[in-house]
Amino acid sequence: MSHLLELKGVRKTFGENLVLNDISLNFAQGSATVIIGASGSGKSTLMRCINLLEELSDGQILLEGSDISAYGINLDSVRGKIGSVFQAFNLFPHLTVLENITLAPRLVQGKSKEDATLQAISLLKRFGLEDKADAYPNLLSGGQQQRVAILRAIATEPKVLLLDEVTSALDPVLIAEVLSLIAELKADGITMIISTHEMGFAKRIADSVVFLSGGVVCESGSPQEIFDSPKSPELRTFLAALHDAGRL
Amino acid sequence: MTYTPSTLQQQREDAKRRASRRSTAIALLSTLIFGALLTAIVVNAQGFTAVRESFFNWHYAQKAFPRIFDGILLNLRVLFIAEFFVLIFGLALAIARTTTSPVLYPLRLVATIYTDIFRGMPLLLVLFLVGLGIPGLRLSYVPNSAVFLGTVALVLTYSAYVAEVIRAGIEGVNPTQRQAARALGLSHTQTLRHVVLPQAFRNVTPPLLNDLVSLQKDSGLISVLGAVDAIRAAGIETAQSFNFTPYVVAGGLFVLLTIPLTRYTDWLIRRQDRAQKAQGVF
Repeated sequence: MSHLLELKGVRKTFGENLVLNDISLNFAQGSATVIIGASGSGKSTLMRCINLLEELSDGQILLEGSDISAYGINLDSVRGKIGSVFQAFNLFPHLTVLENITLAPRLVQGKSKEDATLQAISLLKRFGLEDKADAYPNLLSGGQQQRVAILRAIATEPKVLLLDEVTSALDPVLIAEVLSLIAELKADGITMIISTHEMGFAKRIADSVVFLSGGVVCESGSPQEIFDSPKSPELRTFLAALHDAGRL
Repeated sequence: MTYTPSTLQQQREDAKRRASRRSTAIALLSTLIFGALLTAIVVNAQGFTAVRESFFNWHYAQKAFPRIFDGILLNLRVLFIAEFFVLIFGLALAIARTTTSPVLYPLRLVATIYTDIFRGMPLLLVLFLVGLGIPGLRLSYVPNSAVFLGTVALVLTYSAYVAEVIRAGIEGVNPTQRQAARALGLSHTQTLRHVVLPQAFRNVTPPLLNDLVSLQKDSGLISVLGAVDAIRAAGIETAQSFNFTPYVVAGGLFVLLTIPLTRYTDWLIRRQDRAQKAQGVF
C-alpha cells in the first residue's frame, strides 16, 4: 500500500546546528502519528519542514507520491493540502471567529462567501462553538481559541493535519476540550501528525508513535511498543523523566 | 437576589470618590491661578495696548473674516484631495519597500530613493521647485494653477512620510501571523491584503492621523505660490489695513480645523491602549 505522506532522509540545519538528521517516516492514509521527544529534539522543526515553512537542507517529502519538496514548487497549493495548527493559536486578531475560518476556503479554494459561511457554521455547531461565530479571538478562552484554530485548519479539507504542541499553552481543563475535538477528527478519518507532551492522550489516539532524540528517529512503533517496552536507553530515560514528573 | 457590596467595599468606594473630587478641585484651582498669573504678566507688559491693537482688533477681524473664510474652504479642498492621494501613494510606496522578490529590486530601490529624498527635503523647497519649476518647463498639458501645483508638492512630500509610517506598521505585524496565513495556503498577496495590512493599519492609525493633522496645517503653505488660501487672504487684508489681526483670524481657523482630528486621534490611542490591556486579562 502506498503511503499518503513519506519523508525520505530529511535533514535540516540552522547554520552549523544540525536539527534533523536523516529522518525517514511513512504516514498512512487516516492514521494518527504522535511524535514525542524532549524540547529541542526537533519535533517542531520537523512539523515546520512538512508544511514547508522551513526549507529542507536535504531529503525529500512526498505527498500522495509527488515530491512537494522539489525546488520551485508552488508552495501555496501544497500548503492548502496540509493543515497546520500551532502552539500559539495564531488566530487573526482583526477577524471574527467566522471570518478566521472562512478566510482560506474563500481565498484559496475560491468558495463563495455563502458556501464558506455555511460550512464554517456547521463546523462550529458540531463542536459547540456556534455562539462564538461573531466574537473576536481575544475574547475567547485559550481552549476555545485553539479549537477555532483547528477548525480553521480543517475548513480547507486538507489531506494531512499537523498539530504542533497544540495543548502546550493551555491548562488541564482546556486541554481536555481540545483533545476531545482532536479525537473526533481522528474518528472522521483525518490523517494527523501530532507533536505533544500529553502521553496519556498519545497512547489513546496514536496508531504509531515516533520518538525523536537529538534530531534522529530514535525509536518508532505502536504505542504499546514505545510506552510498554522501550528498547533504546534514550527513550527509557525520557519515559522515566516523564514518569517522575507525573506526566505518565 | 441583587448584590450589595460589603461595608468595607462601600467605604473604599467612598474614599475613591472623595479622592477623585479632591483631584478635580486641585486641578481647577491650579488652572485658575496659572491663568490669572499669565494674564497679569501679559496685560502689564509695556507694549500690551499696541499689540492688542495690531493683532486682536475686533473691527479688522470682522472685516477680514469673509475673505479668510473663503480661503479656508480652499485649504479644505486641497486637504481632502491631497489626503486621498497621499494615502494611495504612501501605501504603494510602503508595499514596494516591503517586497522581497529579487525581480522587484529596482522597484524597492526607486521607492527607497524616493522616500529618502522627499522626507529629507524641506516642504517649502519642494513647493518652489514644483510650483515654479514645472511651469518653467512650459508643458501645455500640465495645469499652471498654483492650487494644483501646490497640492502636487504636498502629495509628493507627505507620501514619503506616510509610506514610512505604513511600512513600520507592516513590519510590526507579528511574523507568526504571516506564517499562519501562508500555512493556510494564502498567497503572498492574499496574506498582505487580508492579514497583514488590516493589522498594520490598525497599529499605525494614530501616527498616520498625526501626519494628516500636520498635512492639514501645511496646506497653508501653498500660499507661497500665490494661491488665495486662508493665509494668503489674511495677507491681502493685512496689506490693506496694516493691521495683523487677519493673520490671527486665519491661525484661529486652522487650529479649529485641526482640533477635531487631534481629539479623534487621542481618543483612538486611548481606546487602543484599553484594548491591549484587555487582551492581557483574557
